[in-house]
Amino acid sequence: MDAAQALADLVEISAQIEAAVLASADGTVLASTLADDERAQSVARDALELVQGAASPAGEPVQLEASVPEGSVFVVRDEERLVAAVTGRDPTVGLVLYDLKTCLRLAGEDARPAKKTASRPRKKKEAPEAADGAA
Amino acid sequence: MARRKLTASLLALGSLLGAAAVWRRRSARGKEHVDVYFADGSMVTFAEGSEEAARLIPIARRVLSQARG
Repeated sequence: MDAAQALADLVEISAQIEAAVLASADGTVLASTLADDERAQSVARDALELVQGAASPAGEPVQLEASVPEGSVFVVRDEERLVAAVTGRDPTVGLVLYDLKTCLRLAGEDARPAKKTASRPRKKKEAPEAADGAA
Repeated sequence: MARRKLTASLLALGSLLGAAAVWRRRSARGKEHVDVYFADGSMVTFAEGSEEAARLIPIARRVLSQARG
Protein backbone atom coordinates (compact mmCIF):
# COMPACT_ATOMS: atom_id res chain seq x y z
CA MET A 1 0.00 0.00 0.00
CA ASP A 2 1.42 3.42 -0.88
CA ALA A 3 1.58 6.38 1.50
CA ALA A 4 -1.38 8.22 -0.03
CA GLN A 5 -3.61 5.14 0.20
CA ALA A 6 -2.56 4.47 3.81
CA LEU A 7 -3.45 8.04 4.71
CA ALA A 8 -6.76 7.93 2.83
CA ASP A 9 -7.68 4.75 4.71
CA LEU A 10 -6.72 6.38 8.01
CA VAL A 11 -9.01 9.36 7.51
CA GLU A 12 -11.82 7.11 6.32
CA ILE A 13 -11.53 4.76 9.32
CA SER A 14 -11.00 7.32 12.05
CA ALA A 15 -13.83 9.81 12.27
CA GLN A 16 -11.97 11.76 14.94
CA ILE A 17 -9.05 12.71 12.69
CA GLU A 18 -9.62 16.01 10.91
CA ALA A 19 -6.39 16.13 8.94
CA ALA A 20 -3.19 14.13 8.69
CA VAL A 21 0.22 14.33 7.09
CA LEU A 22 2.59 11.43 6.43
CA ALA A 23 6.24 12.40 6.15
CA SER A 24 9.66 10.82 5.96
CA ALA A 25 11.93 10.87 9.02
CA ASP A 26 13.53 14.11 7.84
CA GLY A 27 10.14 15.86 7.49
CA THR A 28 9.63 15.55 3.74
CA VAL A 29 5.90 15.17 3.00
CA LEU A 30 4.98 11.79 1.48
CA ALA A 31 1.20 12.23 1.57
CA SER A 32 -1.28 14.64 3.07
CA THR A 33 -5.00 15.21 3.44
CA LEU A 34 -4.39 18.96 3.19
CA ALA A 35 -4.98 20.57 -0.17
CA ASP A 36 -2.20 23.10 0.32
CA ASP A 37 1.31 21.62 -0.08
CA GLU A 38 2.93 24.48 1.81
CA ARG A 39 0.72 23.93 4.84
CA ALA A 40 1.34 20.18 4.69
CA GLN A 41 5.09 20.83 4.69
CA SER A 42 4.71 23.20 7.60
CA VAL A 43 2.71 20.62 9.58
CA ALA A 44 5.34 17.95 8.88
CA ARG A 45 8.15 20.26 9.94
CA ASP A 46 6.38 21.24 13.16
CA ALA A 47 5.50 17.60 13.91
CA LEU A 48 9.18 16.74 13.62
CA GLU A 49 10.03 19.66 15.87
CA LEU A 50 7.50 18.38 18.44
CA VAL A 51 9.10 14.93 18.48
CA GLN A 52 12.61 16.31 18.69
CA GLY A 53 11.59 18.85 21.32
CA ALA A 54 10.06 16.13 23.50
CA ALA A 55 13.24 14.04 23.45
CA SER A 56 14.73 13.09 26.79
CA PRO A 57 17.88 11.22 27.88
CA ALA A 58 15.85 8.05 27.16
CA GLY A 59 15.77 9.07 23.49
CA GLU A 60 13.21 10.50 21.10
CA PRO A 61 9.58 9.54 21.68
CA VAL A 62 7.78 7.11 19.39
CA GLN A 63 4.46 8.86 19.83
CA LEU A 64 3.00 11.92 21.51
CA GLU A 65 -0.22 13.78 22.04
CA ALA A 66 -0.29 17.51 22.63
CA SER A 67 -3.64 18.64 23.92
CA VAL A 68 -4.99 22.19 24.04
CA PRO A 69 -8.59 23.37 24.44
CA GLU A 70 -8.93 23.82 20.66
CA GLY A 71 -7.98 20.22 19.91
CA SER A 72 -5.18 17.69 19.95
CA VAL A 73 -2.11 17.04 17.85
CA PHE A 74 -0.82 13.47 17.53
CA VAL A 75 2.52 12.39 16.15
CA VAL A 76 3.55 8.75 15.73
CA ARG A 77 6.88 7.80 14.21
CA ASP A 78 9.07 4.84 13.36
CA GLU A 79 12.63 4.70 11.99
CA GLU A 80 11.67 5.79 8.48
CA ARG A 81 8.62 8.01 8.70
CA LEU A 82 6.16 9.85 10.89
CA VAL A 83 2.48 10.61 10.74
CA ALA A 84 0.92 13.71 12.30
CA ALA A 85 -2.80 14.20 12.81
CA VAL A 86 -5.10 16.75 14.37
CA THR A 87 -8.38 16.02 16.12
CA GLY A 88 -11.03 17.98 17.94
CA ARG A 89 -11.21 18.32 21.70
CA ASP A 90 -11.17 15.23 23.96
CA PRO A 91 -10.40 12.55 21.40
CA THR A 92 -10.23 8.85 22.27
CA VAL A 93 -6.43 8.89 22.59
CA GLY A 94 -5.82 5.14 22.48
CA LEU A 95 -7.97 4.71 19.39
CA VAL A 96 -6.32 7.58 17.50
CA LEU A 97 -2.82 6.32 18.37
CA TYR A 98 -3.77 2.81 17.25
CA ASP A 99 -5.09 4.12 13.91
CA LEU A 100 -1.95 6.20 13.36
CA LYS A 101 0.30 3.22 14.12
CA THR A 102 -1.70 1.13 11.66
CA CYS A 103 -1.29 3.85 9.03
CA LEU A 104 2.48 3.90 9.56
CA ARG A 105 2.66 0.11 9.34
CA LEU A 106 0.64 0.03 6.11
CA ALA A 107 2.75 2.78 4.58
CA GLY A 108 5.85 0.80 5.59
CA GLU A 109 4.61 -2.40 3.94
CA ASP A 110 4.91 -0.70 0.57
CA ALA A 111 8.64 -0.33 1.15
CA ARG A 112 9.21 -4.01 2.02
CA PRO A 113 6.62 -6.18 0.20
CA ALA A 114 8.98 -9.08 -0.59
CA LYS A 115 9.59 -10.14 3.03
CA LYS A 116 5.90 -10.43 3.90
CA THR A 117 4.79 -12.47 0.87
CA ALA A 118 7.69 -14.90 1.14
CA SER A 119 6.86 -16.08 4.66
CA ARG A 120 3.12 -16.70 4.26
CA PRO A 121 2.75 -19.68 1.81
CA ARG A 122 4.98 -21.96 3.90
CA LYS A 123 2.64 -21.80 6.89
CA LYS A 124 -0.46 -22.55 4.78
CA LYS A 125 1.07 -25.80 3.39
CA GLU A 126 1.57 -27.21 6.87
CA ALA A 127 -1.99 -26.59 8.02
CA PRO A 128 -3.82 -29.57 6.27
CA GLU A 129 -1.34 -32.12 7.64
CA ALA A 130 -1.83 -30.87 11.17
CA ALA A 131 -5.61 -31.07 10.73
CA ASP A 132 -5.39 -34.69 9.47
CA GLY A 133 -3.31 -35.73 12.42
CA ALA A 134 -5.76 -34.22 14.87
CA ALA A 135 -8.78 -36.01 13.31
CA MET B 1 -33.43 5.85 63.67
CA ALA B 2 -29.70 6.27 64.21
CA ARG B 3 -29.06 3.59 61.60
CA ARG B 4 -31.16 5.46 59.03
CA LYS B 5 -29.29 8.67 59.76
CA LEU B 6 -25.97 6.90 59.32
CA THR B 7 -27.07 5.41 55.98
CA ALA B 8 -28.27 8.81 54.75
CA SER B 9 -25.01 10.44 55.82
CA LEU B 10 -22.95 7.76 54.06
CA LEU B 11 -25.04 8.16 50.90
CA ALA B 12 -24.61 11.93 50.97
CA LEU B 13 -20.86 11.58 51.49
CA GLY B 14 -20.60 9.08 48.64
CA SER B 15 -22.51 11.37 46.28
CA LEU B 16 -20.30 14.29 47.25
CA LEU B 17 -17.10 12.31 46.59
CA GLY B 18 -18.47 11.05 43.27
CA ALA B 19 -19.40 14.56 42.15
CA ALA B 20 -15.95 15.84 43.18
CA ALA B 21 -14.26 13.09 41.17
CA VAL B 22 -16.34 13.88 38.07
CA TRP B 23 -15.64 17.60 38.44
CA ARG B 24 -11.89 17.00 38.80
CA ARG B 25 -11.81 14.75 35.76
CA ARG B 26 -13.73 17.24 33.63
CA SER B 27 -11.60 20.19 34.67
CA ALA B 28 -8.41 18.22 34.01
CA ARG B 29 -9.60 17.39 30.48
CA GLY B 30 -9.63 20.98 29.34
CA LYS B 31 -6.07 21.63 30.51
CA GLU B 32 -3.14 21.80 28.18
CA HIS B 33 -0.68 18.95 28.36
CA VAL B 34 1.70 16.88 26.29
CA ASP B 35 1.79 13.09 26.73
CA VAL B 36 5.03 11.61 25.44
CA TYR B 37 5.45 7.86 24.85
CA PHE B 38 8.84 6.19 24.48
CA ALA B 39 9.86 2.95 22.76
CA ASP B 40 10.49 1.18 26.08
CA GLY B 41 6.83 1.67 27.03
CA SER B 42 7.41 4.56 29.41
CA MET B 43 5.25 7.67 29.26
CA VAL B 44 5.75 11.20 30.53
CA THR B 45 3.14 13.91 30.88
CA PHE B 46 4.25 17.53 30.60
CA ALA B 47 1.50 19.39 32.39
CA GLU B 48 0.41 22.96 31.84
CA GLY B 49 2.93 25.32 33.43
CA SER B 50 5.92 23.04 32.98
CA GLU B 51 8.95 24.20 31.02
CA GLU B 52 8.51 21.43 28.42
CA ALA B 53 4.82 22.19 27.89
CA ALA B 54 5.63 25.89 27.49
CA ARG B 55 8.03 24.93 24.69
CA LEU B 56 5.88 22.29 22.97
CA ILE B 57 2.34 23.69 23.25
CA PRO B 58 2.99 26.68 20.92
CA ILE B 59 4.25 24.24 18.26
CA ALA B 60 1.11 22.13 18.69
CA ARG B 61 -1.03 25.26 18.33
CA ARG B 62 0.83 26.08 15.12
CA VAL B 63 0.11 22.58 13.77
CA LEU B 64 -3.60 22.92 14.61
CA SER B 65 -3.75 26.30 12.97
CA GLN B 66 -1.96 25.12 9.81
CA ALA B 67 -4.03 21.96 9.54
CA ARG B 68 -7.30 23.80 9.89
CA GLY B 69 -6.29 26.65 7.59
